Amino acid sequence: MPISIDQSLGILPRALQLGSQRAEILASNLANADTPGYKARDIDFSAALSRTQGGTLALETASPGQMQPPAAQSGASLMYRIPIQPTVDGNTVDAQGQYAEFGRNGLQYEASLTFLTDRIKTLITAITGN
Amino acid sequence: MSLLNVFNIAGTGMTAESVRLNLTASNLANADSAASSTGQTYRARYPVFEAMTNPLVPQASAEGVRVLGVVQSQSPLRSEYAPNNPLADKNGYIHLPNVNVVEQMADMISASQSYQSNVDVINTSKQLLLKTLTLGQ
Repeated sequence: MPISIDQSLGILPRALQLGSQRAEILASNLANADTPGYKARDIDFSAALSRTQGGTLALETASPGQMQPPAAQSGASLMYRIPIQPTVDGNTVDAQGQYAEFGRNGLQYEASLTFLTDRIKTLITAITGN
Repeated sequence: MSLLNVFNIAGTGMTAESVRLNLTASNLANADSAASSTGQTYRARYPVFEAMTNPLVPQASAEGVRVLGVVQSQSPLRSEYAPNNPLADKNGYIHLPNVNVVEQMADMISASQSYQSNVDVINTSKQLLLKTLTLGQ
């Protein structure tokens, strides 16, 4: 039975990549919580993840060595968050909400890490044969 | 590595908020600094924040925040009749800063909370990175 290490890890490496990308966006929102006119950004995590799974966003390339643009690689499209309440200075960052999202994103990242560790251990068991 | 970038982003947030805290401290310390003329009177100072975006990729998310500059409040100064004050002008008035202490206190709380949330972001990212380093063990 042929085993592809890439396949056996499944979607988890992509989830980690998207999680760290989302952490960056949320940190940026939090850093700009007091910037007038700043519009909070975010990505739709599950939609982005399912798109990377299907691979629908990959560009067609003339030769196999050509690289994909970064946005297509991650499958994440940046969107604007809809503010809960309007502010005088035009800032749409809901600091508490963003902070909660950041915490949840961190937890999901940690969960992906745990699952990935389990899979790696399974592979190691298969390789060493003990 | 995106998570390492979080350190830079939250770092710029901490820098900006500490500038804001510094200005609030300066405003509060000078809330009662009297002067003989309106030209010499201390005026409340405020930072101007701006989101840092990559000029090559304007549609990407911001890479942090920076302080564009410091502006002085244009609200009217206070004048007080105090002929016995050594700083009084020829009409017997001293001029006091346009610092609103209540407003400054609210600003201080807001700045310290924003600073704290940036610190928490760094701490969380650090934990995630350390866990990533021990992946597979």
